[in-house]
Amino acid sequence: MKLFAELIRTLDSTNKTTLKVAALTHYFEIAPDKDKVWAIAILSHRRPPRPVNTTLLREWATELANIPLWLFEESYHIVGDLAETIALIIPASDSSSDKSLNKFLQEIIKLKKLTDMEKKEYLHENWLELNYYERFVFSKLITGSFRIGVSQKLMTRALSKATDIDEDILAYKLMGNWEPSKISFTQLVLEENEEDYLSKPYPFYLAYALENEVMELGDVKDWSAEHKWDGIRSQVIVRNGQLFVWSRGEELVTDKYPEFQDFINVVPDGTVMDGEILPLPNGEIGTFNDLQTRIGRKTVSKALLEKTPVILKVYDLLEWQGEDIRTEPFKNRRKILEEFVADISSENIPLQLSKSISFNSWEEVAAERERSREEKSEGLMLKKLDSPYLVGRKKGDWWKWKVDPLTIDAVLTYAMRGHGRRSNLFTDYTFGLWDEEKQELVTFAKAYSGLTDAEFRKVDAWIKRNTLERFGPVRSVTPHHVFEIAFEGIAASKRHKSGVATRFPRILRWRQDKKIEDANTLEDLKALIP
Amino acid sequence: MNAPLLVFNDKGIYCEQAKVYLDPWKPVDHAIISHGHADHSRWGHKKYITHHSNVPIIRHRLGEIVVTGKEWNETFTINGVKFSLHPAGHIIGSSQIRVEYKGEVWVFTGDYKMEDDGVAVPYESVKCHSFITECTFGLPAFKWIPQDQVMTDVNNWWQQNREDGRTSILFGYSLGKAQRLLKYLDPSIGKIYTHGAIENMTEVLRPQLDMPETIRITRDTKKEELKGSMVLAPPSAHGTPWIRKMVPYVTASASGWMTFRGARRRRAIDKGFVLSDHCDWQGLLQAIEGTGCEKVICTHGYTDIFSRYLREKGYDARTEETQYEGELGELEGKSEVEKDLERTEKTAENL
Repeated sequence: MKLFAELIRTLDSTNKTTLKVAALTHYFEIAPDKDKVWAIAILSHRRPPRPVNTTLLREWATELANIPLWLFEESYHIVGDLAETIALIIPASDSSSDKSLNKFLQEIIKLKKLTDMEKKEYLHENWLELNYYERFVFSKLITGSFRIGVSQKLMTRALSKATDIDEDILAYKLMGNWEPSKISFTQLVLEENEEDYLSKPYPFYLAYALENEVMELGDVKDWSAEHKWDGIRSQVIVRNGQLFVWSRGEELVTDKYPEFQDFINVVPDGTVMDGEILPLPNGEIGTFNDLQTRIGRKTVSKALLEKTPVILKVYDLLEWQGEDIRTEPFKNRRKILEEFVADISSENIPLQLSKSISFNSWEEVAAERERSREEKSEGLMLKKLDSPYLVGRKKGDWWKWKVDPLTIDAVLTYAMRGHGRRSNLFTDYTFGLWDEEKQELVTFAKAYSGLTDAEFRKVDAWIKRNTLERFGPVRSVTPHHVFEIAFEGIAASKRHKSGVATRFPRILRWRQDKKIEDANTLEDLKALIP
Repeated sequence: MNAPLLVFNDKGIYCEQAKVYLDPWKPVDHAIISHGHADHSRWGHKKYITHHSNVPIIRHRLGEIVVTGKEWNETFTINGVKFSLHPAGHIIGSSQIRVEYKGEVWVFTGDYKMEDDGVAVPYESVKCHSFITECTFGLPAFKWIPQDQVMTDVNNWWQQNREDGRTSILFGYSLGKAQRLLKYLDPSIGKIYTHGAIENMTEVLRPQLDMPETIRITRDTKKEELKGSMVLAPPSAHGTPWIRKMVPYVTASASGWMTFRGARRRRAIDKGFVLSDHCDWQGLLQAIEGTGCEKVICTHGYTDIFSRYLREKGYDARTEETQYEGELGELEGKSEVEKDLERTEKTAENL
């Protein structure tokens, strides 16, 4: 644990990527193998399930700190991170623990089965024994996601430096469903093992948004275009008579989409498809909002399956007849894919091809993009015909060319403090639109992004001076500032007070030139619903 | 019932009986000033009274003003009200202001800290009935580390950066924090350079305080000579073109706010040293207990939270709105304090 806490402390002491990678590499060179596996697991968000609920955690930390619970809660709102709050608030200790990271995690896994009294005793004992950084890391292991400014990519780069194994191969090895408590470092990282690859997806190739004029991409004949679907990016794998569905977050979601089980009889073994899971209520492509009803559920009821079935809109083929074909040019992969989809077109399975658009000029491509909302797509994907399927987000061969977002002018009504690097700063905002009589502001969306750090600081300072009421961490503010809010999609919703759900709302700009009377009405927003 | 001895109005903390303001934020006739930071000592008052060691500081900042310097514990009476200044330990020349009338005693702390930093005359507890206190860091999450330990970390950090061929840039307020850091930097590691704003203030304070030698960074300063050195800069210099001359560099901030991991990451500073000229949570509680007061008025910082806690402990505690800022500038880069110092710099350059 000492080593790992020291690693976190070092990572915390720099903003420079090279120094972060150096610190991680050093850790992977000197840490015990079992600890390395856990470090990889933690930094790729494979934490064991939370053994104690956070309410109890707060109560027990508060007891040690000898302060009232409300004061802990207030401190937590300001610090913005539960583990950090716990580490700060408990009396300081200079001691340190010799227990390994592996030992701690074994204990944390077992903790789940203990009684509340035993849990409390365990936590108190360890909190008091650890120094600040160890205590922070220990609490972080218990409370939740370990966001410390290290992406999985950075971690993989360091691991590659420490082991001399190619970065892409490591990315592949680290994907999927492995159990850190049951796998050794050799098995996970060092050893070649065909069996393990059965369920393993390929790292996704991700596109950047188009930055320049589309004409600058060169000869239109070198490019392919298709609509960009707004669903869940997924890889669907059929190997050895088994089906695996992976979402882009590297989550195995096979059980959530039972309709895909039909693929097994139709799709040959040794096939990996890249596509988008889309909802198909009433036989037509629905909104992301429809899909939301499927995402959250662990078990899918018959009624839901009938109401909101899903399909796979497939656009690429990564493995065919057991061969990794990612280095083949895109046009070759598409050719195999299109022939295959045509072959099985008589089968009644939820699989559709994402069609390539035919065009002769960039103007025609641009015209098709304008039709995106009709097609229920977010815009277009442009792919170079001779491009291989790369790993991660790369520029050059693939581009997202989304339609311009819908926008509306709304009034800032509530604010909450942010988390992580925005802790203690009011950065999470709620926005309202005018009701029919232009008397009241009705909440319609929350947004957390889109302003620069400098703008956030200004708005934060203004909020602190213009608070009307406080409700725990939330403050209501004097309606005064107008912001232009952009969003990708819009649908009627019964769950929202406004009757409208917006997709990915964010702040486009701060309209300091507008007064609150100039903000839009809820009616204006509803008029945008297709 | 009589009106309270001190009231809060739109200009500052006011003593009606003496017609005197304490740390007013708008121009008044008579002002007693706790210390030299810009949110406490502002422009435009007709007469200033402050501790004599603060006189050169506010003269430097405010130019030709009418100011009287007082000794610690020296009582001066205005229309029957007895005033005296007592060390607050915040920065050089920082005072608490004691006000007594007909046996009733109020103390206004200005900004203060409990730790003896070897720079400011240490905080002295003054008995009173009503205590007007800041609570910039009035949350139990704030717990200071002893200065010796922090400065050892700072010097080790500098040494390491020097070995890695990088320049160390350390951010802190031009007045107070910069001199405190300077006093404990180890000149055997390398040369110490300063931003103009810090150098000017340091020159003003050298007669009062023994500090290592510094070199002002000017247009003529060569890039090569900065390598591996220490550079002291005000927080507002972060992210400006001025800093490019120091490449390759590593940045750090010395402030109480560095307690929060998020505060450091948000400002994109590499390293945070927790070092404050204000009280931490325990410091505030000890100070209040030490005064034996019944009434507490919280002026700036986490006032609502802190006063609620005090009420639960049995104090008659409330908050008052003021325009004091605490260490906010060291968190957000530019505060009134910094802006004011910059104005001073510009004026000085134009003369």
